[in-house]
Amino acid sequence: MAAQILFFVLATVAIAGALGMLVSRNPVNSALWLILNLFCVAGLYLTLNATFIAVIQVLVYAGAIMVLFLFVIMLLNLAALPDVRRFEWRKGVAYVLSMGLLSMLSFVVASSLGVLPEPQSLQAAADSGTANTLAKSLFVEFALPFEMIGILLLAATIGAVMLSKRKPV
Amino acid sequence: MDLSQAYSSMWADIAAALPLVIVSLAGLVVVVFDAYRNRHAATPLITLAALVLAFAVEIPALSADGTAFHGMLRIGGAAAFVNLLILGSGILTVMLAMPYLKRLDMHIGEVYSMVLFATAGMLMLGAANHLVTIFVGLETMSVCLYILTGLVRKNQGAIESALKYFLLGAFSTGFFLYGMALLYGATGTMSLSDMQVAAGSGSVMFWAGVALLLVGFLFKVSAVPFHMWTPDVYQGAPTPLVGFMSTASKAAAFAALITVLVLALPPERWTGVLAVFAVITMVIGNVLALSQSNVKRMLAYSSIAHAGYILVALAAGTPEGYSGALFYLLVYTVMNIGAFGVMSQLEWDDAQGSTQSLDSLAGVGYRRPLLGWTMVFFMFSLAGFPPLAGFLGKWAVFAPAIDADLVWLAITGVLASAVSAYYYLRVLVVFFMKSARDGEPGTAAGEAFVIPTMTRGVLIFCTALLVVLGVTTFAWDLTGTFFG
Repeated sequence: MAAQILFFVLATVAIAGALGMLVSRNPVNSALWLILNLFCVAGLYLTLNATFIAVIQVLVYAGAIMVLFLFVIMLLNLAALPDVRRFEWRKGVAYVLSMGLLSMLSFVVASSLGVLPEPQSLQAAADSGTANTLAKSLFVEFALPFEMIGILLLAATIGAVMLSKRKPV
Repeated sequence: MDLSQAYSSMWADIAAALPLVIVSLAGLVVVVFDAYRNRHAATPLITLAALVLAFAVEIPALSADGTAFHGMLRIGGAAAFVNLLILGSGILTVMLAMPYLKRLDMHIGEVYSMVLFATAGMLMLGAANHLVTIFVGLETMSVCLYILTGLVRKNQGAIESALKYFLLGAFSTGFFLYGMALLYGATGTMSLSDMQVAAGSGSVMFWAGVALLLVGFLFKVSAVPFHMWTPDVYQGAPTPLVGFMSTASKAAAFAALITVLVLALPPERWTGVLAVFAVITMVIGNVLALSQSNVKRMLAYSSIAHAGYILVALAAGTPEGYSGALFYLLVYTVMNIGAFGVMSQLEWDDAQGSTQSLDSLAGVGYRRPLLGWTMVFFMFSLAGFPPLAGFLGKWAVFAPAIDADLVWLAITGVLASAVSAYYYLRVLVVFFMKSARDGEPGTAAGEAFVIPTMTRGVLIFCTALLVVLGVTTFAWDLTGTFFG
């Protein structure tokens, strides 16, 4: 019961965050709403026992990528951007209703054709989604490619630095 | 799974894949060393020592057999042969590049670390036994080669060719990755040896994956119609390094392709496809090479044509075909490194030879006898004249095609290589039978620098090896034992 309540709270906040990102007029506000959304999605992963993906979601998306977004936004000259049109509520409501209808119809068609995937049980998710399972696979079976990717990234970093130097060597 | 046991078994794997470990670690050492001692004379020597050590370690592995790292790499046999080929190519390249880069005042340490990392990627690719290792090896190799193309730059041409290479290469990587995903979806495994027996091999999704995978491979070996990047890249990149990327990377990519074909794919379906690619690659590569006036560009088209000859052997789909392809790769490596080594000494346009015409080399064979006469051997061998190794190599790739009832394919190949004699011998005609006209640039400037001892050594070694490989068959016999 508590898990269901948690799910609905997180889902509602996630949708609110997504909507807030869409309708806010200031790009920085948009980015902050998106962070809220990403955090809630990470929470949803947690309720599904996918702890590793939840942590990665926070670290990579809410952390690294959002910082990058914010940097780019702040580097832009916001005043020079074209003025965003006012949000038109009637179009918005029409959009939401029509998308809802579309998804309902698709669901009916898909379930009658029997192509919908079976929902995974929480136990199955817990078996494959934890950091422990992932690490065992990554550092034992895939240890060699993993190390090699380290070298690949190092080479790419060195190359990026060398090639972007203005003066040729 | 017991973790401590898994880790202790990994020590044995590391011993089996020691050349890969040595080369990777040497790359890291060079990066750190260069940070403290910029442009130090020891950097290329560390590189060279690591490659020679890895080469020596790999030689006993030729007779071994097995896999390492949970079936990620193959050990011994064909994998060891390809590894030796890659390491040998690396050694000769570093020996050529060391004086070359010093002369251009561009002997930066990053070049050597990139060569080492690229070699590590190729070693992984050439010995790969799993789609993940193929992909990671391919990417490590490619990224390092993109950087090497653009790193040494005095002109805009290098940057332009690096950018073209990178954009097209990234595109082909996308194809490759999508093909991998489809193969995994169809068979449920990424291990090549499990793939053929897996359920779902032979479905539409499986063959779509194979097609996309082939696109990725054919791009890396620069087969027509995925060859567009080759002339620009070879023309703009530093000449000794072009020798490296045209030989070692091709050897690694072909080795991985052979592994995929042998282990994962039932042969009856793809023979025709490879035969078509072989024909258009040989014909278009040779015909376009006819009209090139820049030697590096001509050699680029010639390397496209040579990829076509190797595809002929693969189209045969027999063990003799695969071993013939491996032998041809060895011969091709020796010839091409030699040819690019000669060209690296004949540059006076201040743009790494990318803008100078063949005619500006008139009469150079008499003024520079060593370069001229070694070039004679390389060109005759590339054209496939007996008794040089190029002839035996062509025999090794065309004979399996005839045995596999692909006579038309072999005939096309022989005709195409007859055409190629024209542009290879034209180089020699210009070298020896034309006298330099007044006002040609370079006749004076070309004499300004002496040929370094190391370069002389490499050129003479390549020439001698071509003769040895052409009159003895020990290397061919060796490759014949791999796919028994």
